[in-house]
Amino acid sequence: MLSAVIVLAIFGLVLAEAAPLIARVGPAAFFTDAGWQPTSGRFNLSPMLWGTLLTAAGALLLAGPVGVLTAVHGRFYAPPAWARVQRRVVELLAGIPSVVYGFWGLTVLVPLIARLAPPGPSLLAGILVLALMILPTVTLLADAALAAVPAEQLQGAAALGLGRWATVRGVALPAARAGIGTGVLLALGRAVGETMAVLMVCGNVVQVPESLADPVRTLAANVALEMAYAMGDHRAALFVAGALLTALAALLVALAAVVGRRHAHG
Amino acid sequence: MFDATPRNLKDARREGLVRILFLLMTALLVLPVLLILGVLVAKGGSALSWDFLFTEPTDGMTAGGLLPALVGTIWLVVIALIVSVPIGIAAALYLSEYAPDNWLTRAINLAIINLAGVPSIVHALFGVGAFVIFFGFGTSILAASFTLAVMTLPVVIVSTREALQAVPQSFREACWNMGATRWQTIRKVVLPNSISGILTGVILEVSRTAGETAPIMFTGAAFFLPFLPESVYDQTMAMSLHLFVVATQVPNVPDNLPFGVALVLIGMVLAMNAISIAFRTWLRRKKKW
Repeated sequence: MLSAVIVLAIFGLVLAEAAPLIARVGPAAFFTDAGWQPTSGRFNLSPMLWGTLLTAAGALLLAGPVGVLTAVHGRFYAPPAWARVQRRVVELLAGIPSVVYGFWGLTVLVPLIARLAPPGPSLLAGILVLALMILPTVTLLADAALAAVPAEQLQGAAALGLGRWATVRGVALPAARAGIGTGVLLALGRAVGETMAVLMVCGNVVQVPESLADPVRTLAANVALEMAYAMGDHRAALFVAGALLTALAALLVALAAVVGRRHAHG
Repeated sequence: MFDATPRNLKDARREGLVRILFLLMTALLVLPVLLILGVLVAKGGSALSWDFLFTEPTDGMTAGGLLPALVGTIWLVVIALIVSVPIGIAAALYLSEYAPDNWLTRAINLAIINLAGVPSIVHALFGVGAFVIFFGFGTSILAASFTLAVMTLPVVIVSTREALQAVPQSFREACWNMGATRWQTIRKVVLPNSISGILTGVILEVSRTAGETAPIMFTGAAFFLPFLPESVYDQTMAMSLHLFVVATQVPNVPDNLPFGVALVLIGMVLAMNAISIAFRTWLRRKKKW
């Protein structure tokens, strides 16, 4: 009960702080203003929104296939001992705090990228670090979805003389589709909301990136960077960014629930 | 008896290709982990010493140890646990043992899922608005701990509920048939049989809490404060924020210092995770039903 109240309180409070400014300058201002100079009344959040969407989408593009295929490998191909090791590694990856990922990205990835395509802190660095961070989510949920495929179906496929790959592609993956979809959406939600790691490796320049090597700033990083000293309208604008982020995350959770439910019905 | 047809050969070739592809993908997963841990150990190992753990940072955080951050993190985690564990367990007990299956229960479940999905930086905003300002805690350990508690509440609720639901329904029914009330059943049968599962969840929560940075940045963690906190209304340093600060904000930090901080932080978190996983494995083996 309390947790329901807390969720309402979170949404309510963030909206309450954001609402007066939205009401005054109109919701369109956050997408059409001349730039992000919140102290002089320009509140364009769209570069940050692009930053968030691009890093998250890029990370998913990398982590999605790797995660799903890793799960398939663990379930259907790997010898049991190796599958266990693999699962431990994934759990380990899930346990590393985001600030450590950020630190690793900053000290290892960023210099590497700087040598190939300066300046270094960039969209690409953000995508790579995020991909690593959401990999466990994709893998663990895909694994759970594959484990839930009824054994009779797999045995049936084997009885028909299908090879391993044919079984995986024709039987296991279609049956686990909804579960994998849920996992991917939840992973995307994590990527959208991630703050510290992205903050440390993305360069945080407010701009719509034109290439992978351009620095970007995400919504979450924007809040983390400016909240400490923001006052008045600036502070309210950061709450608007927070509200936008929450809405994005809630949308993904809702989508995941819908995908999961469709699975339950058939 | 049978000759391989071209079709068989093609299938076999594809089978081999797929196998190699999967192996590559798995390598993509395992390599970064080794890389991350390897780099941390290689570069941070030289910073580790007892002095590093038990002295205060000096020279504008470019030398000395991380005692205040270590102690601060322990404060934050302990208070967050004191807040979230009773609430989380009570909520899980209600949801699993008492709640009827109606729209309200479904709404609460939905709320928990959503709470788990709220980005950590939004929790930070909420913490500032609710605990720092509305409840008047100021930027303090108390406000930061409450923020962390709210954030990790879903972890406790979900893991506790799973532990409770792993207790077979027949145990409860047997107890009710003896004339026990619902609460007596919970206290004498359900909780003793699920306590280790609940503890596993709590340990996992500790590791999550210790590693979080964003939610405490504006609610109670200080950049640099070389004293140990004296009350819950003080600000404090914390391991995770300390790593962020020495890695990005402080000039002229010797190379191995942030790596050392990262190593200690990750050691703490992974040790907690390992305990939790070992606990779970031991539990599964011990299970009698």
